[in-house]
Amino acid sequence: MRKFESNVQLIKYEVLKEVSRLAMEGTLMEEYEKIPVTIIPGPKPRTRCCIYKERAIMVERVKLAMGGDKKNSNIIEVLEIACDECPINRFTITEACRGCLAHRCSEACPVDAIFHVGQRAYINQEKCIECGRCRDVCQYNAVSDVLRPCSVACPTKALCIDPSNRKAVIDNEKCIQCGVCVIQCPFGAIMDKSFIVDVIEVLKKSKEENSHVYAVIAPAIASQFTNVKIGQVVAAIKKLGFHDVIEVALGADIVALNETHEFAQTIEEKKVMTSSCCPAFVSYIEKCYPEFLDNISTSVSPMIAISRLIKNMDEQAKVIFIGPCTAKKAEMNQEDIKGSTDYVLTFEELCAMIDAAGIKIEECEEAKLNNASFFGRIFARSGGLTEAVKHVLKEENLQVDFKPITCDGIAECDKTLKIAKAGRLQGNFIEGMACKGGCIGGAASLHRRPKDRKEVDKYGELAIEKGIKDSLRIFEVNEIDLHRHYEKAFKKK
Amino acid sequence: MMTIRVCIGSACHLKGAYNVIQGLQKIVEERKLDNQVTIKADFCLGECTKAVSVKVDDDPIVSVDEKNVKTFFEEYVLGRL
Repeated sequence: MRKFESNVQLIKYEVLKEVSRLAMEGTLMEEYEKIPVTIIPGPKPRTRCCIYKERAIMVERVKLAMGGDKKNSNIIEVLEIACDECPINRFTITEACRGCLAHRCSEACPVDAIFHVGQRAYINQEKCIECGRCRDVCQYNAVSDVLRPCSVACPTKALCIDPSNRKAVIDNEKCIQCGVCVIQCPFGAIMDKSFIVDVIEVLKKSKEENSHVYAVIAPAIASQFTNVKIGQVVAAIKKLGFHDVIEVALGADIVALNETHEFAQTIEEKKVMTSSCCPAFVSYIEKCYPEFLDNISTSVSPMIAISRLIKNMDEQAKVIFIGPCTAKKAEMNQEDIKGSTDYVLTFEELCAMIDAAGIKIEECEEAKLNNASFFGRIFARSGGLTEAVKHVLKEENLQVDFKPITCDGIAECDKTLKIAKAGRLQGNFIEGMACKGGCIGGAASLHRRPKDRKEVDKYGELAIEKGIKDSLRIFEVNEIDLHRHYEKAFKKK
Repeated sequence: MMTIRVCIGSACHLKGAYNVIQGLQKIVEERKLDNQVTIKADFCLGECTKAVSVKVDDDPIVSVDEKNVKTFFEEYVLGRL
């Protein structure tokens, strides 16, 4: 049995695995309605009130695992029935209230929202402005402060609450698909849509047509599998029917070179440039700081670069990206880059597929994986892109003033963009990563541990190509279109 | 036009595929055969044990390394031009 960070991940994995198994057998359409009973056999429920509710939730999970609501363009969806209607009122007074004489709570309340009945204080929620002063002054800690975990987690306030049924709702206009709510909801009521069935179909078809399906794997793989070697995971992926497994880090090498040249050529005019490899960060700028749209690097992401490189070499190729990211699932369908990467899978989905196929990773012989340089590989963690740009500037002896600011996580990104907006930025390049730690902290990672960053660097050292130029020396990078057209990507529909 | 495909999948890459490609490119350039021979990189030709796998048109895969590039070229390519 695999170990997961929480039961939320475990249950998602079970669904994905069952859906994969049936899709591989070719019986999914006839059998998918039986999955809830297979996973929740009863008679006792696992965590909820009864097996019937658990199965009803399972029906929704199966739908998402099979691609979700096609009419909803968002990759992240709320499973309405799984949402436990967490409290909406932030402050309440608990039993710890002693009904004291001082009434510091009502004295502190600026809007007169606290009243006393019998030996207890109460908050009039209609009046409460959630300032928290009552909490601060109560000497018995009797004021409880509860925020919905999903709303707290969401960096763009895209998670709101439907007042009619108290369920969470995602405002698609604000959502950047970072996926943090997927990890944070304690009830597992928010999930990312899966393309697992599509990928299985593509693999089947490739066998009949004798075409090639390539798995391109994000450098965050370095920290993902702890008990097995990466080479064994590569072998397992090939056993699923992929023609070859290639490092997205090679795409990162291409991007680093391209982005450095872009920086050197345009920074004088642009004044500030931001990175573009993290799709949630790009989306954050689009939605929260549109004044910086023209400052985003027009380089495609490593995922798009590697996909186009492969398709340039093998016209019939299908490319499947495997990584720790939910936002990549949205990125691949953006108008200006659509058709480059065919599907995106997450590490969670990869595990589900491997297990569904009955492949034992620990018994696989190690295959090789070595396509990129050290610098491409460290893109997986915060600061990696910046180091790569520095490396190219030095290698090519480009005399440009490069003053990077590395933003680790969306909160730091926001802070830096705010400073930039005020015109007080002490730098000219913003590296933005929406997830804490970089991609290794991604919403669809198998786990997030403090030592992951070191694992990425250690893995980077194993690359046989030390520099980016070495890594790209045989490729005709000029033949690949590496430019984005954001006006097309973010055109209002 | 003859096409030489050199595998650059991970196994071949580790055994020096990039150097094989550059070696071949050099020979083609030196002998001015640019308009008769194309060298193409390919991800995984499917015979990882033969690294570095090289394929001339539709012939069977030949195992080449950076040291015997010249011999390979003379034996498998030159005679057929």
